[in-house]
Order: sequence, then structure tokens, then C-alpha cells
Amino acid sequence: MSLTKAPTAPGGPGADGPDSGGPGATGPDVPAERPRRPYDGVRRYARWLPVAPGTVLLLLFLIGPIGYCFYLAFTDLQLTGQASASFVGFDNFTRAFGDEDFVNSVVLTLVFTLISSILGQNTLGLALAGLMQRASKTVRTITGAIVICAWVVPEIVAGFLLYTFFHRRGTLNEVLDFLHLPTQNWLFTLPILAVSFANIWRGTAFSMLVYSAALSEIPDEVTESAQIDGANGWQRLVHVTLPMIRRSIGTNLMLNTLQTLSVFGLIWAMTRGGPGGRSETLPVFMYDQAFNKALIGYGTAVALLLLVVGGLFSVVYLRLMREEV
Amino acid sequence: MSDAPAPAPAPGPSGTSGPIGTGARTGLLPSPTAATTRTSRPPRLSRQRRQRVAADLGLLVAAGAFVVPLLWLVFASLDAEAKLKVSPPSSPTMENFSAVWTDEITFTPMLNSFLICGSGTLLTMVCAALAAYPLSRYRSRFGRPYLLGILFTTCLPITAVMVPIYSLFVQINLIDTMWGTSLFLATSQLPFAIWLMKNFMDGVPIVLEEAAWTDGASWFQALVRVIVPLMGPGVTVVTIYSFIMMWGNFFVPFMLLLDPEKLPASVSIYTFFGNYGVVVYGELAAFSILYSTPVLLLYILISRRMGGGFTLGGGVKG
Repeated sequence: MSLTKAPTAPGGPGADGPDSGGPGATGPDVPAERPRRPYDGVRRYARWLPVAPGTVLLLLFLIGPIGYCFYLAFTDLQLTGQASASFVGFDNFTRAFGDEDFVNSVVLTLVFTLISSILGQNTLGLALAGLMQRASKTVRTITGAIVICAWVVPEIVAGFLLYTFFHRRGTLNEVLDFLHLPTQNWLFTLPILAVSFANIWRGTAFSMLVYSAALSEIPDEVTESAQIDGANGWQRLVHVTLPMIRRSIGTNLMLNTLQTLSVFGLIWAMTRGGPGGRSETLPVFMYDQAFNKALIGYGTAVALLLLVVGGLFSVVYLRLMREEV
Repeated sequence: MSDAPAPAPAPGPSGTSGPIGTGARTGLLPSPTAATTRTSRPPRLSRQRRQRVAADLGLLVAAGAFVVPLLWLVFASLDAEAKLKVSPPSSPTMENFSAVWTDEITFTPMLNSFLICGSGTLLTMVCAALAAYPLSRYRSRFGRPYLLGILFTTCLPITAVMVPIYSLFVQINLIDTMWGTSLFLATSQLPFAIWLMKNFMDGVPIVLEEAAWTDGASWFQALVRVIVPLMGPGVTVVTIYSFIMMWGNFFVPFMLLLDPEKLPASVSIYTFFGNYGVVVYGELAAFSILYSTPVLLLYILISRRMGGGFTLGGGVKG
């Protein structure tokens, strides 16, 4: 089946992939093939028709808005008091980088991602998966059920649960008090830490599942021969286990980070980005600018930056997944 | 360590003492090794047991930390005077549940959720099944870039698209409509659904389809009557997964719906904080349980089929 021309179905999303340039631009290259009856060509196009409904949806509600995002980000559109938006070039971006609140939310996003995704979910997930391999069945099942339950509970419910947990009169302070440790109003003094831990609570199950699957695929012989060679537990972990699951680690880190970058409901339910913007990560900042302050253009510029960061991570993720496509 | 010379990790005994992690090992090891390690059995055994106890303890500590907020949920829902901290109710009661068991608080939002997420899931699945078919069956220079594009959009932070989506919905008058919200939710799950469906469809041998063609079936009939039924478990997983994701989505309906009558449970839950002045935590907990139950049940339904390979595909995102 070497004769494959650009299909009729719109190739929009395809053009976003790293291999862009493929569809759309490949009209008339039918080299050294016998001429075909027109009917053949039509069939060749027509059989790709089933792709159309999904592609139309994606173009209308995902690719289109992303393109619109690029346009809006360069205008000064506001929700109120303005007939039409005018083009302002890079004003929104220069403004963002000079905006203390924006810089603050970038830093908070980095802290949030580092603590909750990279250090928290990832490491804890790996630790739990490792322990599960050695633990007894009952304990393993119970722990798995609890951790996964935290993951399946809807985001907004998780937000409320962790809100009560970290509240001044909540459970955490009760426990600390019981242990004669100093208590404090976590949501006020360390809001970013509280929401980071909330995200760990909610997202660890995913890493745990990924790593459980990866660890169970390591052949026992490998671990055993390392043991025979006299490697201790730590050496086995660093020199055998981790290198063998490095692909899973990469994928998991990417997915965790992407998921963490777009967390909104959890933070909104717990702190609304406050107090005083001290837990205002980029999505919350974006929402605040676009709707509370009615600066759609500026909010979109922030959204665009978020999209670009997400896009970069996605490309890395694609490279990791490449073999599977 | 005194038993250092012991060369192998006690193949024989581990089966009898029954630690899970080593259970599979016993069968794999050649018997000669078993013979040589016989002498060092007792210390090995105890070390394995030590390891298992340590692992159990570690897991229990983690489980303890994770369970506390969930415990609050259960206790508070049964406690008429629920506070912010975890404490078992002195006299368990269903008062909270009966208080929220009304049209306004529970049924309308839940029905809205079902309508929005149900129709969204249906749309996602139909589009995904249709799109997956040519992607899985025909080879073309178009297929691979398309799939890579799909995978790429799978990862994009949907949250970031919400501002332009809002502007777009205002302009084309889709704002504050349930079907508009449903359309967008369907689209947001679509890339992942197409990706999974394509992979599941690859697993259905083409021979069966060819048999259907020979009997005069069109590609569509073959898809609906042969392929999709054969993908049964896979389709179930993708359907339920999409539904769970939409059910839990807070940001999309929060932005796109305004009328309180149209709000799904994920947003209406917020009114417990906003409108009623003093927060009645017991009722909030009771409603949270009612709202979470469908997805918990659905998850249990598919959990056995969700192996590592499935979760790897791009699982959770906002």
C-alpha cells in the first residue's frame, strides 16, 4: 500500500506533531505508480472519513481555541467597557514579566511542581510500589485500596477533605498537639506547602500503579544475580532497579508534571490562591486575571505561557513514547 | 552480615513462609542452587521475614497517613455536629444524608452531572471508535503524524485553554448551555479515548473482520457488530474512564455554566461554602459521599482491567 496521499479528512492535529509537514503538503507525489482509476482515489479518501467527526470536534474545541489563544494573547481584550480589542503586540508578555504577582505565581508553580510532583508523588509512589513487592498480601491490598481511593475521589471533594485536614482546627493540628509539637494555621502560614501535600495525597496512586507495573516486569533473575554478586539493597536499587525502570520513571515524571501544572480545583477549594496570593499557581493566577480582574487578553497571555510549557513537556513525553506509536 | 556467603535468596523456604514478593521466584530457580543453600536456610528465612515486616510497617504508616482525610469524610457524614477534625461520631445518625436528600441539593445537580457526563461520554466513545478504525486498519503516511498529534494533545494542560474557550463560547452563544459544556468535555477526553481505542483495536485480528466482509458486511457493520463487541473489556474501560474524568471535572463546568439550575454536582458542592453562611460540615461530607459514590463504584468495576499498561497511556490530567 505505497500509494498514500493526503487524506481528505482535515489533518489539523497531525500538523502539531513533531512530524508535521507530512499531511497537507503531500498532494501530488505519486511516483512511478501505475495510473489508477478515479474510483480508487475516491475510495482511498473516503475510507478515512470516519476520522472526521472526532477531528472536527478537536479542531473546533481544542486546536481552534489554542490558535485563538495565540491571537488573544496579543490583544488587550477585556470583559467589560470595550467595544473591540486592539492588537498590542508583546505588551501582555512584557507586562507579565514585570508583574510581581506573575513572577510570584511562576515561582509558586515551580515550588508546587517540585514538591508535589517530582519529589512527592514520584518518590512516594516508587517507595510504595517497592514496599508492596515485599509486603504481605493483606497489607498490600488495604494500602492499595486506601491510596487509590484518594485518587478516585473527585478533585473538589479531595480539596475539601484536605482543607479540613490542614485547617486551624483540623486534624493535623490535633495530631501535632497530641504529640506535643507546635501547631500552626497551615493554610495561612504555609499555604503552598499545604496544597502541595494535598496534591501528593491525591496523585500518588497513579505513580504507585505505574511503578508497581514496572517493578513487576523486572525479571527476578536480574535482582538475584545482583544479590549473588554481593550488591546490597541500596546498590541494587541504584544500579539495577532504577536503570531498568528508567522509561517508566521518565513517562511518569512527565505525566505527573503535566497533571500538576494544570491543577486548579484542588487549590481553589483549599485556599482560592490565597492568602494574599501565596498559593496562587499559574492556573489560579490566570483565572484571577481573566475573570476577577476582567483582563482576558492578559489572562490569555498567561494561559499561552502555560500551554507552551505544557507543550514542551509533551514533546519530551512523545519522544519517550515514540516506539509505541 | 554473618550469612554473607549464602549465594542465593533461599529458594525453597520462601514458598513456605509465603512472602508475596518472592513467591514467583521459587519456580524460576534451578534446583541445584536450592541444594547448595540448604545450609543457610534459617538466617535467610528470618531475614526475609524481617524484610516483610518492615515493608508491612512502612505501608501501614503510609496507609494511616492517607486514610485520615477519608476517615473524616465518613465520620463527619454520620455526625450531626461534625467538626473540622477527625472524631468518631458520638451518636451516629443519618441526619446529614436526609438533610441533603432533596431536589435542590442532591437530585438536580446529580441529574445534571449524569446528563452532561453521560452525553459527553457517549459522544467521545462514538467519535473515538470511528476515528480509531481507519487509524488501526489502514496504513498511511497520515496515520502516524495524526496519532502523534493525538498523543501530544493528550498531554496539554486543558486548564490553560479555558480562557479562550470561555471567550469562544460567549461569542458563539454556547455559554451557560449544558450541551455546550458536554461538547467541550467530550472533546477534552477525546484524544486519550482515540489513543486507547486505537491500541485496543489493534488487538482485534483482522481475519474476523474479513470474514464479515465476505458475508457482505460493510466496514461500518463490521465495526459495530464484530470489532467493538470483540473489544468489549477495552471499550468498557475507556467508557468508564472517560465518564469518571468528566464526573470529577470541576473547572470546565465552573467556567462554562452560570445558572444554578444547570450546575453539575462538582460545582454545586461549592455552594455549601458560598451561599449558606455557616458551613455545615456534616452535610458537606454527606453530599461528598453521594457525589463520589458513582465514580468509586465504576472504578471498582474496571480496576481489575486497569493494568500498568493502561495507566501508562496518559492517565490523569486536569
